[in-house]
Amino acid sequence: MASSTTAAEVRRPSRARRPSRAPRPLRVRRHLPTSPWLFAAPGLVITGVFILYPFVSTLVNAFTDRRTLIPGKFVGLANFRELLHDDMFWIGLRNSTLYVLGVVPALVLLPLLLALLVQKNIPGITFFRSAFYTPVVASIVVVGLIWVWLLDERGLVNSLLETIGVGRVGFLSDQWLLLLSAMAVTVWRGLGYYMIIYLAALANVPRELHEAAMVDGAGAVRRFFTVTVPAVRSTMVLVGALSSVSAFKVFSEVYLMAGPDGGPAGEDTTLVMLVQRTGTGLTGRVGYASAISVVVFVVTVVLMLLVLRADRKEEA
Amino acid sequence: MSVAEKTRPVEHPVAARDPRIADEHGRRIRAWEVALRYLLLLAVLALTVGPFLWQLSTSLKGPHEDIFSSPPKFLPSEPTLHNYQRVADTIPVWDYAFNSLRVATANVVTNCVGSALAGYALARLRYRGRRIATLVFILAMLVPAESIIIAQFTTMRELGLNNTLIGVVLPACISAMNVLLMRNAFLNLPYEIEEAAFVDGANAWQRFLRIALPSVRGTLAVVAIFAFMGAWDDFLWPLIVLSDPSKFTLTIGLNYLHGTFANDERLVAAGTIIAVAPLIALFACLQRYFFRGVGEGAVKG
Repeated sequence: MASSTTAAEVRRPSRARRPSRAPRPLRVRRHLPTSPWLFAAPGLVITGVFILYPFVSTLVNAFTDRRTLIPGKFVGLANFRELLHDDMFWIGLRNSTLYVLGVVPALVLLPLLLALLVQKNIPGITFFRSAFYTPVVASIVVVGLIWVWLLDERGLVNSLLETIGVGRVGFLSDQWLLLLSAMAVTVWRGLGYYMIIYLAALANVPRELHEAAMVDGAGAVRRFFTVTVPAVRSTMVLVGALSSVSAFKVFSEVYLMAGPDGGPAGEDTTLVMLVQRTGTGLTGRVGYASAISVVVFVVTVVLMLLVLRADRKEEA
Repeated sequence: MSVAEKTRPVEHPVAARDPRIADEHGRRIRAWEVALRYLLLLAVLALTVGPFLWQLSTSLKGPHEDIFSSPPKFLPSEPTLHNYQRVADTIPVWDYAFNSLRVATANVVTNCVGSALAGYALARLRYRGRRIATLVFILAMLVPAESIIIAQFTTMRELGLNNTLIGVVLPACISAMNVLLMRNAFLNLPYEIEEAAFVDGANAWQRFLRIALPSVRGTLAVVAIFAFMGAWDDFLWPLIVLSDPSKFTLTIGLNYLHGTFANDERLVAAGTIIAVAPLIALFACLQRYFFRGVGEGAVKG
């Protein structure tokens, strides 16, 4: 390693890559030739051992019948064939997909409206901005448990519903209501985060655009669609990408609200919950859980590409 | 248009002259619109902060107070800290909080040191393989943690570190995203100052420590805050790697409390308040870094 680094030192500032800089006189290097690698080493080692090695190992394990305590052997596509006939896998895939479809539109649109609401500098607005961010700061476990209590059969929401005469709703006992409630919690927690992202984008919208539209007699709604949305479109795509990837990987909200077994008859299990349930513990089926993990990985990559492609198409 | 043209040089000309409220264009906002805005703001406020207050209120209600009443009672009639005492009697909540604190502190230190060093190497030092090193971090950032969590668990077992707090910290202790954040921060510094130090004979370590690092304190603070929050709030990974209740972190402890004493809402409420209070305090003190972190994180993420 040392010798190759020294070679690089001699080769030194590849000026071709920085054409804007004026040519500099050559000088002697005074630091030890290995120091760049020493600087990068801790990060590279951690990333290699705990991210890249597990990634490769997930890909390999997916084709074995490895268990937590048994090394396992190569089984070809058996795990993936089993997936096709595993009802729980399809339930997980369904729920994670529904989660994306339910959460993403809300998280692209609602924080934008919220950002517009807190954008104007009226007295006390910084307080409101900070307050709206509080749910982001709280741990997902805290948020989950707060909502479990709020949506409880005898909790606050049901008390209010009963007071106004609607009657009590079993938010946490019905399979679909449970999933919907978990989505609502995800949206609730994401509002403040994406609001801040949108605020930064809105600050860059030229005010001339709004003024021109106003002179042309465009109302607030019209200006929202003709000025604001086009101006922050790339941010909307970014929010869409971020929120869809994290929505597909949902675990904590559903785990806390539906319980470790995923609600009534496991019908609220998500894909990552299934990974956690199948692959951990002393009897964990590492091979099979890895196969599900591969599906999670592939879908998140596809989701990201889809969103980015939609962006490019619209731009064209 | 022409009016706007004239008023532009001053930030808020109307607001300055006139106590009435103006928007960012310096145009006065009509009273009903202001009222509507505040009404909406208060509604959202109730929605975002209300749940926390309800939890706080529940945690302060004594054993004889009806917490299920309809219509609901928002304020405890005789506030008591009794439930907090009961949490401590039920689970070793202060030990869990201490475990969380240790994990979060370790995560802050390793992330700040490791990502500053690696970021500096990627941004400033010239060596063969720098592009490959950068690519390694970019690829690592794109791998969703959830999709490799089982392999991380088996890796931890192979290292004999499962069921330890070190095992909780290690996988995210120098996150690729933080490395790239620091790299960008260093890239944005003007190179000339370091050039000068270089001419004066400062070696890479001195340039890093004396010149570059003090200039990226803002980004470092962002890394620190997000490392702290990430570790304090993390749930899935500690849930997988920790099996011994004496080593639980606060989030896993809360999940355990909820799983075992789900019917005791006052108890769970007190536990959640213990977990969330430090972070809200931290947020209240360091808001601008939180917001800055969202901006920088989003650009990268």
